[in-house]
Amino acid sequence: MAIGLEHFLILSAVLFAIGLYGVLAKRNVVVILMSIEIMLSAVNIAMVAFSRYGQFITGQVFVIFIMVVAAAEAAVGLALIIAIYRRRKTVDADKFDLMKW
Amino acid sequence: MPSELVLAIFLLPFFSFAIISFIIRPFFNHRPLLSWYVTIAAIGTSLVLSIWALIAVSGAPHHVLEMPNYEWVAIGDTVIYVGVTVDALAAAMLIVVTVVSLMVQIYSRGYMKGDGGLCRYFAFMSLFTGSMLGLVLADNLLFLFLFWEGVGLCSYLLIGFWYHKPEAARAAMKAFLVTRLGDFGFLAAILLLYTKTGTFDIGELQNLALAGAIGSTALTWAAIGIFSGAVGKSAQFPLHTWLPDAMEGPTPVSALIHAATMVAAGVYLVARMFPVFVSSTTAITTVAIIGGFTAIFAASMGLVMNDIKRVLAYSTISQLGYMMLGLGAVGVGVSSGAISLEAGLALGVAVGIFHLFTHAFFKSLLFLGAGSVSHATETFDMREMGGLRKAMPWTFIMFVIASLSLAGIWPLAGFWSKEGILAESLHYVPVLFYLAIITVFMTAFYMFRVIFLTFGGEYRGQAHGNHGLHESPLVMLLPMGVLTVLAVVAGFLGVNEFLGGESHSFFGALTHSLAWTSLIWAAGGIFLAYAIYGAKWLSAASLRQRFAPIYTLLSRKYWFDELYERLFLMRFLIDGFFAVLHWFDDHIIDGAVNGIAGGTVAAGSVVRKLETGQLQAYGLAIFIGILVIVAFVFIFN
Amino acid sequence: MGLQIAFWILAVVSVVAALAVVSLRNIFRAALFLILCFFAIAGIYVTMGADFLAGAQVLIYVGAIGVLIIFAIMLTREGREGSPSGRLRVPALLIALIFLITMVLVVTGTDWGAVTEGSSGPTTSAIAEAIFGEDSGFVLAFEIAAALILAAIIGAIVLVRDK
Repeated sequence: MAIGLEHFLILSAVLFAIGLYGVLAKRNVVVILMSIEIMLSAVNIAMVAFSRYGQFITGQVFVIFIMVVAAAEAAVGLALIIAIYRRRKTVDADKFDLMKW
Repeated sequence: MPSELVLAIFLLPFFSFAIISFIIRPFFNHRPLLSWYVTIAAIGTSLVLSIWALIAVSGAPHHVLEMPNYEWVAIGDTVIYVGVTVDALAAAMLIVVTVVSLMVQIYSRGYMKGDGGLCRYFAFMSLFTGSMLGLVLADNLLFLFLFWEGVGLCSYLLIGFWYHKPEAARAAMKAFLVTRLGDFGFLAAILLLYTKTGTFDIGELQNLALAGAIGSTALTWAAIGIFSGAVGKSAQFPLHTWLPDAMEGPTPVSALIHAATMVAAGVYLVARMFPVFVSSTTAITTVAIIGGFTAIFAASMGLVMNDIKRVLAYSTISQLGYMMLGLGAVGVGVSSGAISLEAGLALGVAVGIFHLFTHAFFKSLLFLGAGSVSHATETFDMREMGGLRKAMPWTFIMFVIASLSLAGIWPLAGFWSKEGILAESLHYVPVLFYLAIITVFMTAFYMFRVIFLTFGGEYRGQAHGNHGLHESPLVMLLPMGVLTVLAVVAGFLGVNEFLGGESHSFFGALTHSLAWTSLIWAAGGIFLAYAIYGAKWLSAASLRQRFAPIYTLLSRKYWFDELYERLFLMRFLIDGFFAVLHWFDDHIIDGAVNGIAGGTVAAGSVVRKLETGQLQAYGLAIFIGILVIVAFVFIFN
Repeated sequence: MGLQIAFWILAVVSVVAALAVVSLRNIFRAALFLILCFFAIAGIYVTMGADFLAGAQVLIYVGAIGVLIIFAIMLTREGREGSPSGRLRVPALLIALIFLITMVLVVTGTDWGAVTEGSSGPTTSAIAEAIFGEDSGFVLAFEIAAALILAAIIGAIVLVRDK
């Protein structure tokens, strides 16, 4: 069968769900960051799919900006992780509960 | 007479109060006599205006001046009016209040000399005089009650004038609270009458009551309520306990407030509302009975007191009982049909108020005399006095004249007014007449006991060491002199007729057997006092031992203070009823409030377990929320 | 036809790689699988005709972000831990599945009005036109993105420097 918009969108949804699981369920913060990148990539796929099947270029333009933001966020996030690691000697998300009651 | 000037009669002392409080006290405290000048000016002017009013009233038809009504407050459909009434009753009262007040203020200049709180003193005196005049002039019950409370307040302030003395503070509190009990009944009665008739106006209420437009049960309760206010204010049984203690205040205060004016307000109230009272037999009989009983009850306690002012206080209570008896007796006559309504209304008011009129003069004079004595001996205890007639001749003479007037000796003023009361009570309530005639004996006895103990014999006290006792200064003696003159001639001024009573001829009165009866009883009292305290044929000490139980009963004031304070107040109310309320407040009300707080805290400590601090849990919650929203959209679309 | 095969292979590879990322205990291997996932996604871009974006994906994601992640793993190495699962794995699994099902239902249930004609050649100039052209206005966003990167760089430096 022909590859249609729905295929790409479902692929995007699957990748997003996987990333979501990773964000909520893993304890290592670097893995959480990796999962966030997966989620962002999934969104990119959806954007490009719409751009391709809607015949306008704006989707791809937006993907560029998403990539920019993802890169910036990854940089800052990893810097944060390193800073936290230096302080707490751990990257276990369960241990970061200073906001606990 | 223009109505503004009538208003000025009671507004001028209020202005005086304001000026003293807001200008003189803050800025001129180093010259306190300024407040004296202001007070004298205000009250003097009020006196002049009162005389004018008196003349105008005697010339007016029916002895009533028409005064306009002002609309004071309108709430929806109900409108409350205020105005003043100037009739014979009001005019007579105005004279009493202004004259006695002015004399007392002049006297105070000498008596209160050097006191640190002079400005405060005259301010309160002015406030009191203004309130009393307003009370007399008010034509509706609401404003009357307003000024009623005003005089009560001033009484409290002035009894507790030397507030650093604990007895004075306690006495002031006691006075206020006991009269409050009466005022509660009064207010309830006012409101009851308002709900039944829709008006506060005294004239309208009188007409409605006479016409029978108010239901008899409501009328009786209202009248009894009004009377309870009078009982409180006039220190009748059973609310009499505050007046003897009120003697802690300065003597001029006792003379003005607790002899002549404020305590007379109760009698005035009954006289003012007399038509309402006679329309209810129960109420008017109560008035008579309480009046008659109080007269002898208080007189019995006055027999054994050692403090001059206490004796005079009990004498005041007793005489007020006489006034109530007079009003009540005639009222009983009216309601039983023995005398016509119109005649009875006038006669009752005349009888009661005539005695109020004369009593104001000689009683205040007696108090001023007691103050004069204490000025020299620095005590009020008669056991430390004696022989003062040599050192203080003027005081002595005036005191004796006043006592004779009080005892009802012809031809002094007290004789005429007391005769009126004795005559009416004999006529309509004979039982009470017998009590009253015994009281005549007691009155004469205790007054002359005071005279013999204070002025007779030799000086027993320790004051003034070497330079001896001296007469009081002129500024104190002159007002006493004026009052003495009035105590003598007040019977001949035609007040009785002015108020609506019957006239008596000067010598003709001596032809009635009643007159001789009372004169003999009075003379007997004087003679017995002479026997015990003057010539000492009988020893007071041995009499005291012989009649020890009676003596204890009387000197402990029939244990009424203990009854009220220890038993009722402490045990019954404080430990009982109030303790229940206290428990209620602590456990239920506070319990509810604290319970809500505690519950909130407990709920919070449960809910805060959700705050794990772990972001993943929060993220999960966010996503769950998103899915819920999506589900909602799905379902409702 | 070729497109379809390519798509399916790439799709499967990317999904499997993503699953590996979230389930492997060894972080380093998870990072390598992430990079594989990025490559596969770049391939998917190609199947959609977004050539520029495919290049950008490789450059940015693989080249920069992937390397950054490996750096971070190296610098925060913990001996035993690795990448265990947290306490919330069951609820997270549930939520992820429900989310997935919802999205699938939405996607298949909507009429997208898609046009299935072929892709239209190189996109670079089209993208450039769109961003910098006179009619469309993404220049501001572009500039802001540049500022954002600057801020991110400064922020990262500040966060990590030794006091």
